[in-house]
Amino acid sequence: MGLENKIFESLPDVLTVKLDAVINWSRKSSLWPATFGLACCAIEMMNTVSARNDLSRFGAETFRASPRQADVMIVSGRVSRKMAPVLRRIYDQMPEPKWVISMGACATSGGVFDNYAIVQGVDKVVPVDVYVPGCPPRPEMLVHAITMLQEKIMKESVKERTDTYEDESRRSIVPGTLPVTEGTTLEECAKDAETKPYSVPSEHEKRRSS
Amino acid sequence: MSTEFAREAIEKLRTGNENLVADVKDALGEYTATVPASSIVEVCEKLKNEHGFDLLADLCGCDRGPEDDPRFEVNYHLFSTEHYNRVRLKVLLSEDSPNVDTVTTVWKTANWHERETYDLVGIIFNGHPDLRRILLPSDFDGHALRKDYPLRGYEPYSLT
Repeated sequence: MGLENKIFESLPDVLTVKLDAVINWSRKSSLWPATFGLACCAIEMMNTVSARNDLSRFGAETFRASPRQADVMIVSGRVSRKMAPVLRRIYDQMPEPKWVISMGACATSGGVFDNYAIVQGVDKVVPVDVYVPGCPPRPEMLVHAITMLQEKIMKESVKERTDTYEDESRRSIVPGTLPVTEGTTLEECAKDAETKPYSVPSEHEKRRSS
Repeated sequence: MSTEFAREAIEKLRTGNENLVADVKDALGEYTATVPASSIVEVCEKLKNEHGFDLLADLCGCDRGPEDDPRFEVNYHLFSTEHYNRVRLKVLLSEDSPNVDTVTTVWKTANWHERETYDLVGIIFNGHPDLRRILLPSDFDGHALRKDYPLRGYEPYSLT
């Protein structure tokens, strides 16, 4: 007796529609962000889910601590050099389809932290879909970013979504920042410190946008 | 805070062996003794075992700048829980050989403090059991808290 009965009465049993449109609609309507609070932006991110701003109106309120159950990574805060490989690893652990929102000035460009310790933009480590300016951005701006991401998702094709290749993920780990195991000596660490370029070619993103 | 007990302890050390302490300074309620690098372990041992300075509150390095000689300082902040007195030991090191003996043999807690000092200022602690970087990545080039370290770091991490 509900609405669906009326729809069934007025519509045929079979509908013809683009597969992308249906899948993208279902994907965008239920975004599950991975909790990645790194600094003060995280406070605004938490506020976005609160009763006042209520991100659940847009279907993205289910924050998951496990990357395996998430599909949007909201990088909220400055990413330090030692955090970068952790961030990349969490990104790699997220199953496709996955998106990244770079929240705030620090995640986007390093912000005021123009120094050796902070990664100057998280897009050097992972491909970013939406950048949010502000220091920190207001919750409304994050809500806007989510809706922008939803618009972007509607334009995508299912074919573009394949898992990252393993060797590409390995190359993306920033050198020298992996945890040192117990008992490693200084000499052994020095041996590992071969010079590698500190930029991650986001082939993943290239494949996606081609 | 009174520095009475700290002064007594350092004076006793000096009467025992004049070479143990190079200089003392008592100012603003803080008692500082400059110690030659060669005798820091002996001074620490005596202060701990004979004078009750049982706690190494802090150990940190300092760079006075490349134009100064001696360029580096290592500061040991000692505290006596028994007498509620503090004393600071200062070792001055030149840029050519920033080496000082480790005090991990006296206080185990010095281990990570010395690793931090090595990591950020680049002072080598002779005889340290595990002198690795502790805060910066293991392949980091240079020592970040040196005055001549560029803010954006060296290649390939400068990201400019």
